[in-house]
Amino acid sequence: MLKKGLFQKPQNRLEDFTKAPVKGGGRRQPEIPDNMFVSCPSCREMLLSKDVNENGRVCIKCGHHFRINVRDRIAALLDAGSFEELWGDLTSENPISFPGYEKKLEDSKRASGENEAVICGTGCIGGFSTAVFFMNGDFMMGSMGTVVGEKITLLFEYATAKGLPVIGYTVSGGARMQEGILSLMQMAKTSGAVMRHSQAGGLYIVVLTDPTTGGVTASFATEGDIVLAEPGALIGFAGPRVIEQTIRQKLPAGFQRAEFLLEKGFVDAIVSRKDQRSYLSKLLELHSKEVLI
Amino acid sequence: MISIPEEYPYEAETSAVPAHKRVAASRAKGRPTGRDYIDNLISDFMEFHGDRTVGDDEAVITGIGKLKNMPVTVIAIEKGHSTKEKLKRNFGAMHPEGYRKALRQMKLAEKFGRPVLCIVDTAGAYCGIEAEERGQGQAIAKNLMEMMVLKTPIISLFIGEGGSGGALGLAIADRVWMLENSYYSVISPEGCASILWKDAGKMKEAAQSLRLTAQDLYELGVTERVISEPDSPKEFKRVYYLLEDALYDGFSKSRALSVEELLNRRYEKFRKIGRIQGLE
Repeated sequence: MLKKGLFQKPQNRLEDFTKAPVKGGGRRQPEIPDNMFVSCPSCREMLLSKDVNENGRVCIKCGHHFRINVRDRIAALLDAGSFEELWGDLTSENPISFPGYEKKLEDSKRASGENEAVICGTGCIGGFSTAVFFMNGDFMMGSMGTVVGEKITLLFEYATAKGLPVIGYTVSGGARMQEGILSLMQMAKTSGAVMRHSQAGGLYIVVLTDPTTGGVTASFATEGDIVLAEPGALIGFAGPRVIEQTIRQKLPAGFQRAEFLLEKGFVDAIVSRKDQRSYLSKLLELHSKEVLI
Repeated sequence: MISIPEEYPYEAETSAVPAHKRVAASRAKGRPTGRDYIDNLISDFMEFHGDRTVGDDEAVITGIGKLKNMPVTVIAIEKGHSTKEKLKRNFGAMHPEGYRKALRQMKLAEKFGRPVLCIVDTAGAYCGIEAEERGQGQAIAKNLMEMMVLKTPIISLFIGEGGSGGALGLAIADRVWMLENSYYSVISPEGCASILWKDAGKMKEAAQSLRLTAQDLYELGVTERVISEPDSPKEFKRVYYLLEDALYDGFSKSRALSVEELLNRRYEKFRKIGRIQGLE
């Protein structure tokens, strides 16, 4: 299910500052565009947006990982020109006639420029071919409805048939409640496809990014042969607010972050964004059939 | 003994009851719980405890017994009747070790060729610090994968609440059957109302919109059979009689299939939900 507030952008302190009325009304202050600076929620440093973007949306001072646009991630990770998208034109209907869902879908399409909350396809990393999926947090919080479930399932079936590994990036608020029980069933469906790929000897590497929660955590996000995470990513079944409401106490600092999951034994390694390309290409090399001979 | 032929999935005249009333009925005091079903359906039941890793989750009862003359494995979420019992059972909200305890028994069922009966009745998997620390999401995900390929028949029976992933973790089955007043949903109607409309009071609208009643789920192809209920819990005997025959019959039919056919059908049952037409 979707969690409230997970996708709220961290407060940009400079925004208030630049918008505050100038006292005295004297000399005109130079105007600073809203998006020129970004404050790091981790080290509180004020950074030039340009520097952060050029650094793969990672803080140049402390290494905090900001959320990144899904197309930028694909471009940075895969070998240039190698990505071929599959089933990109699939779009959701309103299968249980949920009130207001069509409008929400339309708004999300317009705002994100994408058709759904996951992008699937094939590509190469360091010359090694692989099936890939990238969830998109900008589309209805990366929630999983029937189309997301279908595309992930199709990808694993395709990879099984072609003997390809799968590398997937998750970001999700969970199952999409506007598709009701059909969303929940996608957890079953995708898990079945992951299992069949696995039984056929396929390699599945998943990279958990901020935030990965709910029904996605309780299905394909945690079913990888190798489970990696980005530094600081929030990863959990229940969202932190839901837990706080249930147990009526504050959660400890760092709870449900990637480092916490590593300590508890649910993540194989934390890999920073700039290292992911080489890390994944090494993993693909170590698992490639040619090396084994 | 009452028996309903398989082509009559439910008694249609009852489907006019509004969804929120079904939800209320599924949670009603005095409604039979998992243990009541075990007592009435299974003879010589022997309970087994623990996940062999961190402990024994008492929100779920696991063990073996006989359905008529057929040895079966039973996994039943138990909510408890009295307050004391409810606390002991954590109100039927399982921790990760509960899902692992269930999977351990399912693996033994596979080894010894016993069918598995899962009895589902939970508002959801437990939300708490320890549950997260011990990998609630991973525990459920593991069950989804393993149940999809478990080489023995599985029937999941929804007797009350079917809360999201916590219910699904015991509901990858060849047959999913629901009592008339049970529900199965991606989110509780209250949760849905408070997230979407910022108003938990809109629970009635949410219950209606989510299409979570047994009748809805039959129409959506999620359940194959809806079992009608008597007006009073005291008359539940007739449900047990019906179930005893129906479960026995269901397991027998699944057992007649080859393992490959059984697993292909199970995969296809879930694979078809939300399949996009017209793709190669």
